[in-house]
Amino acid sequence: MSVRRLVVVGASLAGLRAVEAARRDGFDGRITLVGAEPHLPYDRPPLSKRFLDASGTDPVPPTFRTEEALRTDLGAELLLGDPATFLDTAARTIVVGGRTIGYDALVVATGATARRLPGAAGLTGVHTLRTLDDALAVRRALDSGARTVVIGAGFIGAETAAAARKRGLDVVVVETQPTPLVRAVGEAMGGALASLHLRHGTDLRCGLSVTSLEGEERVERVRLSDGSVLDADLVVVGTGAVPATDWLEDSGLTLSNGVVCDETLCTGAEGVYAAGDVARWHNPAFDRLMRLEHWISAAEQGAVAARNALNPAAAKTYATVPYFWSDQYDSRIQFVGVPQSDEIDVVDGDIEGDQHGVALYRGGDRLVGALAVNRPTEIMKYRGLIARGASWAEGLAFARSRSRSRHTTDA
Amino acid sequence: MKITVDRSKCTGLGICESLSPDVFEVDDAGELVLKTDTVPAGILSDVQEAVAGCPTEALRLEP
Repeated sequence: MSVRRLVVVGASLAGLRAVEAARRDGFDGRITLVGAEPHLPYDRPPLSKRFLDASGTDPVPPTFRTEEALRTDLGAELLLGDPATFLDTAARTIVVGGRTIGYDALVVATGATARRLPGAAGLTGVHTLRTLDDALAVRRALDSGARTVVIGAGFIGAETAAAARKRGLDVVVVETQPTPLVRAVGEAMGGALASLHLRHGTDLRCGLSVTSLEGEERVERVRLSDGSVLDADLVVVGTGAVPATDWLEDSGLTLSNGVVCDETLCTGAEGVYAAGDVARWHNPAFDRLMRLEHWISAAEQGAVAARNALNPAAAKTYATVPYFWSDQYDSRIQFVGVPQSDEIDVVDGDIEGDQHGVALYRGGDRLVGALAVNRPTEIMKYRGLIARGASWAEGLAFARSRSRSRHTTDA
Repeated sequence: MKITVDRSKCTGLGICESLSPDVFEVDDAGELVLKTDTVPAGILSDVQEAVAGCPTEALRLEP
């Protein structure tokens, strides 16, 4: 069956890249891009970084393309402001804002939704930080000099704390885990990276949970599980995100922490592929199901999903070594691979002591991950090694040779 | 084909380096170094992927 209409549900990075890839490959049929938010597709990483900086003027939203470019250059119909609510894979239709829309090929790229704090409903001053509207609200609060409490010491929490400290505001970060960034880099390195917060005057409280948010209309206080009470004008909840699959409950697609896909991002339903934060696909590079919330995989999956949806007979697999970065205070943290490991070895520098260094992660006899803190020249070399299936011994040997050349250069 | 970097946009994330390490390398200071400014034979598709994959749209390929 020839594909005449591609529908892309989700107008963020993965969705945009799906549209762009389809056109780059010469698809000249109809393309419809559906987005739940009223905004044109925008880039999320800046929202918790430079978008929060004090600039004196209103920040420019990090929009990827103008409406003109989307409609004219890419020839995409834009349906923005209403979420898709239903998928019928037999009839090959979706429902958006009460309208039924047919497709020949479908890319599901609905992303993930920030987890909210139970009991926060009805209080102003409590925000997640995922969308442009979230970021605008947080920024306005920082502009007014809010005493800030951040719940969750993952990347969003850490970056928000850094933004508040940059403005000289008092900030407390509360984390239920024993260290920051446990999910991203593991407990040991998370502990080493706690030093970043302490060095910059952020009050970090790990191993504690929030028992209640208090205030009349506006949030005023945060009560913690050790009985302590924090005064707050702004509470930012950075406790992760859940894949946006509610609308697919009755679709028949396999949902388990995301839309489960094979290695070609195919959902199993004819013509339906998934991409980005919502997709949990079989990653051949690690031979396991993975759901990533990373910029680069969203971008790449968007393109692969569209190409495969348009030409399933020639579907290509998507294998990747995960990569993410985070800018906190004056440091850049980069990670490649997976943090689940049997051993971690700091092979260069002193991550805890002076916030510079490289740590390698061993899984069995393989190198499975690498963390670089303020070592931007090192990280991608390890991504290459991991992609080639390098052994742990090779990883360590490479680290030694890098370390030698560093010392030669320094001398 | 010639490769150019817009230094005002590049933030040294290194995705280009991982896709095409013969052309791109981020240095110790986080600055992108072009090992060559013309695309070497045989790796045009890698370089195209690197250009398309740049999160800050800092790379360009010109004839």
